[in-house]
Amino acid sequence: MLRLSLGAKFTLGTIVAISLAFMYIPLFLVVINSFSAARLSSWPIAEFSTVWWQAAFINEPIRAALLNSVIVGLGATAIALVLGTLVAFALQRHNFFGKQTVNLLVVLPIALPGIVTGVALNNTYNQVLEPIGIEVGYFGMIIAHGTFCIVMVFNNVLARLRRINPSIEEASRDLGATPLQTFRLVTFPQFRSAFVAGAILAFALSFDEVVVTIFTAPPGVDTLPLWIMNQMARPNEASLVNVVATVVILASFIPVWVSQRLARGADERE
Amino acid sequence: MNRRAQLSALLALPMLWLIGIYIFSLVMLLVTAFWVTDPFTSKVKPGFTLRNFEQIIANPAYATTSLRTLGIALAVTVLSILISVPLGIFMAKVASPKLRAILAVAITLPLWAGYLVKILAMRITFTEEGFFNSMLGPLGISGPGFSIVTVVLTLTYLWLPYMAVPVYTAIRQLPPNLFDASSDLGAGAGFTIRTVVLPLIRPAIIAGSIFTFSLSLGDYIAAKFVGGSTQMIGSIIASNINLNPPIAAAFSLVPIAFVVIYLVSVQRTGALERM
Repeated sequence: MLRLSLGAKFTLGTIVAISLAFMYIPLFLVVINSFSAARLSSWPIAEFSTVWWQAAFINEPIRAALLNSVIVGLGATAIALVLGTLVAFALQRHNFFGKQTVNLLVVLPIALPGIVTGVALNNTYNQVLEPIGIEVGYFGMIIAHGTFCIVMVFNNVLARLRRINPSIEEASRDLGATPLQTFRLVTFPQFRSAFVAGAILAFALSFDEVVVTIFTAPPGVDTLPLWIMNQMARPNEASLVNVVATVVILASFIPVWVSQRLARGADERE
Repeated sequence: MNRRAQLSALLALPMLWLIGIYIFSLVMLLVTAFWVTDPFTSKVKPGFTLRNFEQIIANPAYATTSLRTLGIALAVTVLSILISVPLGIFMAKVASPKLRAILAVAITLPLWAGYLVKILAMRITFTEEGFFNSMLGPLGISGPGFSIVTVVLTLTYLWLPYMAVPVYTAIRQLPPNLFDASSDLGAGAGFTIRTVVLPLIRPAIIAGSIFTFSLSLGDYIAAKFVGGSTQMIGSIIASNINLNPPIAAAFSLVPIAFVVIYLVSVQRTGALERM
């Protein structure tokens, strides 16, 4: 045992309490300010009201931004699912020269600062593709998000494939199943939960992304984070932003909850 | 189907995407850094000039901003370590199993709460008439306002889980008999932490620091919203991307260089292999 004096335990406890306060008080302030009647956030709150919640509910730009975020998130997730699963199978089932490089390639879009990825793609769209008559428009954003989401699916599927017992697939082949049947009936069900978890993480990552989006979104198109950011820059309706932010905080519990359910489900089956 | 063909079939599409779009874009970014901007029309023309790099080196504002950003990224990393180690020790060695489970969820949950939401939250907390000033004002303490200090605090807030989770996991995995041995040999808790715990969790700290360092280095949204007049590397890249793309391209090589230097110096400690 680590024998800590009472004083040391107290000091540690205090540091933990301050850290937790540092993490949660600001979020709490956002939630509580969304119920403020005032236009601007302040403390203490003078008057409570749900007026901003009602305003947010019928606000057209918020709906449009939310819709864009969902479309981009779904598009990026679809790209990430296909490409991430393919790379995971390649790296797990084969040994080849340059394996480490392929791994690095998948991680790179998320390892490099977002501004580098954003500026690089913006540069390609505007200085290379536009002069030769290709307008990526809305797809530029989906392509960008798809690129940095691949790693989420890749990591999850690869980790699961490493734990799959290969003799089950061999048994399936010996019993006369075609490769497609083996994949559909034997392989896929074994990594399905990792596939879904990867999809949720990819969607969550895309939904939250700001910096790459700033540089790749076509003019006049807002995702939800871009809408929040633009409102923060013009802080005359701060309380409306607090409502949207509160919804984002509440929605962020969904992926945590689902991924924990999936993790537990996978543990129970073993 | 033979194995070679199978492998090619698996890798063709992902590699086409990653190399054809992403690596191509990074290379074009590097190339654009040598292109010429027409000073009158601000149209970019292919060519070869070192002027963009000269401008960056000659302009002292660019150098100070690079150093300031580096300082911020290092400060965020140090602050994250200073919070994560006591937090990890408390969770792994002091807290009851139930409290430990609650704390484990509590430190990972904010990771999901949304990047901009957290910046907004810090903005509300530290604004002039905000929570911090109104709570501590009566004690004669006034908050940092929107300044470089708030940028460091906000970035720490954003990236802390990347440090706290691996550090906690590493401390939990330390064999308990090491602590028994250390205390049987007469070491006090502080001495044990310094000579036994810290050296053993160093790989976890380094792994976490890669995230806190490189994520802070590339950020500029925090500086924009809670930094007052604080500029970071990203602020300069963002403000040049439309006016002078070659300068933005040239300057974006600075954070890449910092991250690569950091990774290489970390790799020499051998910590990456043990990640």
